[in-house]
Amino acid sequence: MNSKMENFKSLLTDVGISVLSITVALLFGVFFILLTEESPATAYEALYFGAFGNFRNILNTLWRSTPLILTGLAFALPYRAGLINIGAEGQFLMGGFAAGVAGYYFTSLPAIIHLPLAILAGVVAGALWAGLAGWLKAKMEVNEVISTIMLNHIAVALTINYGINKLRTSTRMATPQIMESAKLTRFKEMADSAFWSKLPFVEVFADPGIRLHMNFVLALIAAVILWYLLFKTSLGYEFRAVGLNPDGAEYGGINANKTIIWTMLIGGAVAGLGGAGETLGTHLSFMAGMDAGFGFTGIAVGLIGQSHPIGAIFGGLLFGALNQGGLEMQFAGVPSEIVNIIQALVIFFVASLQIIKIFMKNRREKEGVE
Amino acid sequence: MDTLLELISLPLILSSFRFATPLILAALGGIFSEKSGVINIALEGIMLFGAFAAVLGSAQTGNPWMGVLYAMVGGVLFAAILAIVSIVFRADQIVIGTGINIFASGITIFLLQIFFNVKGTSPLVPRLPFMRIFGVRFSVLTYVSLILVPVVYYFFYKTHWGLRIRSIGEHPAAADTLGINVNRWRFLSVLMSGVLAGLAGAHLSIGDGSAFVREMSAGRGFIALAAMIFGKWHPVKAFGAAMLFGYAEAVAVRVDFAFIPSELISAIPYVVTIVVLAGFISKSVGPAASGEAYVKGDR
Repeated sequence: MNSKMENFKSLLTDVGISVLSITVALLFGVFFILLTEESPATAYEALYFGAFGNFRNILNTLWRSTPLILTGLAFALPYRAGLINIGAEGQFLMGGFAAGVAGYYFTSLPAIIHLPLAILAGVVAGALWAGLAGWLKAKMEVNEVISTIMLNHIAVALTINYGINKLRTSTRMATPQIMESAKLTRFKEMADSAFWSKLPFVEVFADPGIRLHMNFVLALIAAVILWYLLFKTSLGYEFRAVGLNPDGAEYGGINANKTIIWTMLIGGAVAGLGGAGETLGTHLSFMAGMDAGFGFTGIAVGLIGQSHPIGAIFGGLLFGALNQGGLEMQFAGVPSEIVNIIQALVIFFVASLQIIKIFMKNRREKEGVE
Repeated sequence: MDTLLELISLPLILSSFRFATPLILAALGGIFSEKSGVINIALEGIMLFGAFAAVLGSAQTGNPWMGVLYAMVGGVLFAAILAIVSIVFRADQIVIGTGINIFASGITIFLLQIFFNVKGTSPLVPRLPFMRIFGVRFSVLTYVSLILVPVVYYFFYKTHWGLRIRSIGEHPAAADTLGINVNRWRFLSVLMSGVLAGLAGAHLSIGDGSAFVREMSAGRGFIALAAMIFGKWHPVKAFGAAMLFGYAEAVAVRVDFAFIPSELISAIPYVVTIVVLAGFISKSVGPAASGEAYVKGDR
């Protein structure tokens, strides 16, 4: 009868926990800033200005959020089904590498085919890399935490150590530059493009400092698709049922193995899209170090978004803002590593504060008995 | 043929010990934590922080042994985060472990700037003594790790304390019924894993070298985790696995293969771990009764 009310309450708890965690993490950050003998107010002002100070900074915050939204989704979806995907890092690398190779290997394709093909290569590579972990879990009972950690390192060896060394044509630790036809449209170049320049407002993006590209839009679309999948389809219902109660779901006729493999495949596909976007939109080649820990930060993004696809957008924006603003903080004399510390603290607090939910549930159950 | 001879050459085998040292120490640490029922994927981060703390201690006091002490204390501090958050707040251990790893990589670079005013590599600090055998350097911590293997084995399989920790990891409710304070033992075990992973870090920075380099643990914490799993959570078997992985690292560094790219050799421990977990090796090797004498009429 009161299920709407209950849902709203639980949403409020989730948002409350996230906001509280961020606040407490920023407060702890003050302590670390004080160690640098700089003023925390100046540091946080710089952080804020760097992230939201002007139009360019805001767009660059969106740019930095893009891979994080996607790796956040890659964690969130399997988490809903009770799986812990630590492997977004490796899936991201495989996706970025596959997209990079597809981006430079085909030399005479029109953009309308080449770009989707390169993106698809990244998505499929990411999906297969995660699907492997899903298959190992479903068929061989290999714990997905361990297998995804191991697959991360194998991916580094395959793509960065071996792949780049094999394919690079200069001293730069990167695969050859991708073709023009495989580039994801950058917002700053929209005014020059035959297609996008028809839009009336594209001149506002014509600032060479703006690095935002179309993968941000794709990330938002991916989040909405995952939200629809998870909450509006029967497949999504099965995912969530397995996550809430695996035995009950199995008893109810849901094939848990299918869920494991599908959630991992989809999660990996999204992480692969993140890698493909960084290759095709940001670096224009697959570059060593371009993963930059996105896979692991994605865990924090997924958690702060309470494993909700739309929550992952907000989580990604928050962490993107921290990364973008961190640079400005660095100029103000405070090491940008403060940002990593704050991100880790957010993880600790979000994870710890879940206990509030346990208490609330216990209280509700007690009240129910009386 | 030359390659083959090189693979069994004495310097190569001896240097495996050097590469295996941090793996052995951290794997033993992982065993402490996991035997008590706490998954510790933070070994990587704890090791990294231990490596930094060791350099800090050595630089501040001029005494590398103080560096070792700092590393152990630093390891305990980091492990305490895992212990408090996962035992008191009942948070997801995997998530916390990942958080600690991010925390370690951020805070070590941060503190590098605070204490040494550099971003990448710390200045050189006094290092631990070492002994050369056939030209290969062995840090004191290599010997320590070799001594600790039987000690940890003895602890877990021949003492009451070890039995308690194992029983907690297997069946906490039963252990609780017997009057064992589950959470206190878990707490101690996790802290102990911090001590050992911290030591592993000290080996990296002041045992095997004399400086801290950012991200210098470079996945060794995860390889140690792999060694622990490959060794089925048994100290002696984990030691064997760590030696195998150390050997793989030595091979990757020292031997040039014509047929396998050396970049891929470094991935061997990770592939082996997956293969072992999937049961491709242990399930197919040896029937269940192997090693048991056949006695007529015995059931």
